[in-house]
Amino acid sequence: MSLLLPDSGLLFWMVLIFAIVVFILAKFGFPVITRMLERRKEYIDNSLRLAKEADAKMGQMMEEQARMIAQAREEQNRILKEAAQARDSIVQKAREQAQDEARKILEEARVKIETEKESALREIRSQVAVLSVKVAEKVIRQNLSTDKAQMDLVSRMLDEVTAPKAGEKN
Amino acid sequence: MVAALIALTLSLALASDAAAGTEDAAQDAGVPVPETAASEAEAGSEAEDFDIQSLLFGHIQDSYEWHITDIGDKSIRISLPVIVRSSTGWHCFMSSKLEDGAEYEGLFISSSDRNEGKIVELDASGQEVRPLDISITKNVLALMINSAILVILILACARWYRRHDALGEAPSGVAAVLEPVIEMINDDVIKDSVGPDYAKYSPYLLTVFFFILINNLMGIVPFFPGGANVTGNITITFVLALITFLLVNLTTCRHYWKDIFWPDVPLWLKPIIVLIEIFGVFTKPFALMIRLFANIMAGHSLILCVVAIIFITAKMGAAIAGSMTVVSVVFGVFMDCLELLVAFIQAYVFTMLSAVFIGLARERPEKA
Repeated sequence: MSLLLPDSGLLFWMVLIFAIVVFILAKFGFPVITRMLERRKEYIDNSLRLAKEADAKMGQMMEEQARMIAQAREEQNRILKEAAQARDSIVQKAREQAQDEARKILEEARVKIETEKESALREIRSQVAVLSVKVAEKVIRQNLSTDKAQMDLVSRMLDEVTAPKAGEKN
Repeated sequence: MVAALIALTLSLALASDAAAGTEDAAQDAGVPVPETAASEAEAGSEAEDFDIQSLLFGHIQDSYEWHITDIGDKSIRISLPVIVRSSTGWHCFMSSKLEDGAEYEGLFISSSDRNEGKIVELDASGQEVRPLDISITKNVLALMINSAILVILILACARWYRRHDALGEAPSGVAAVLEPVIEMINDDVIKDSVGPDYAKYSPYLLTVFFFILINNLMGIVPFFPGGANVTGNITITFVLALITFLLVNLTTCRHYWKDIFWPDVPLWLKPIIVLIEIFGVFTKPFALMIRLFANIMAGHSLILCVVAIIFITAKMGAAIAGSMTVVSVVFGVFMDCLELLVAFIQAYVFTMLSAVFIGLARERPEKA
């Protein structure tokens, strides 16, 4: 039965020793350790949170980057298209201009040719007139080699002057 | 199984006529020789029965000297200071003065049924009376050694945290060993059981856990300075349970007392429930006390019984003694491993239940 009865001497020492142990450990031992553990846990939690945030930010940046690349590509396409258009229009315009120019040149050429032709014709006509005068002179010279012929001519001419107007017109 | 083993060894003790000179076998087998086994065996003559009962009680109970072992006829023991205040005033001397029933300054170790193993003096009428006895007994010394180990371990751990930046580097040395245990007890047991203001109680509860753990583990070590049955002594568990009892009942809130004296039950049930609740206030720490005491004591007894099989069967012939020695060693190894587990489990359970009781007493009524 003595097993089940607390012993006074041991009780005294147990209370004393345990009180000292609890005092020392509760003052200098466990609070230091648990506070550190707590702090480290907080620190780890914090770090994890930050890492997650950084990850999210990274993801956002990647997205942004992808978006920017897509945008740039679009821009590029647009510019290329515009350039092609510009080129096409320039070529078109140039062609039109060239055609205009060509037409104008042709026109001018035609006008020139026309005038040249005109002047040529005029010259031909005057030449023809001179030639006919010369031919007529020669013809007349031959015809008026006698006095009679001369007289006949004079009389015909006089007739002509006096002849009806119809004959004049011819 | 425990009961079966004890019954087995006790019946063997009655049947056999084992005697001294067998501790060599135990030492060869690598099993710790229970200190009292040898001395008991030595004390008796060759023909005397192996007294397993006195072996068991000699080990489990406290004593004024620390008997380590016997080598041949020489017993190695540590004398411890006896400090008593008898009718003739304070006495302080080494326990070696009281060896073998010697009397010193009117004091001697009683062998009567009532005061067996305790220092007594004779009063005027010749009756044995116990003086005020605060001797440094085996348990007290073991308690001091274990407490010193505990304090050194924990302070070494705390020192690491003071000296190092715990945020920047992993713990090393003692801190690395103790940190996971402290964290487990603090976070999983104390924080979960006590509730939001656990920080106030955690130093005490952690101290209790490590105090019980160290004492349990040192109890398993078969030689000095281990081997004392500290946490298997009811005085120790009584003090621990008493402190938990005081903590539960003195730091509680109004709601706790209201639940005990005016519980939410129909009026006609109130007297019964109140009675049960008041009873419960005392049974909880009582259960704590008995659980730890009984578990550790039973563990020590079992290991001793298993080892004692060797001595009991020594005189039963070579075949039986040899085979039983093998059985004993195998069981001894098994029991030691089991005790390692029990040492942790009991410390854990004591801490957890203390935390749960504190937590229950601090529970606020839930607002519907």
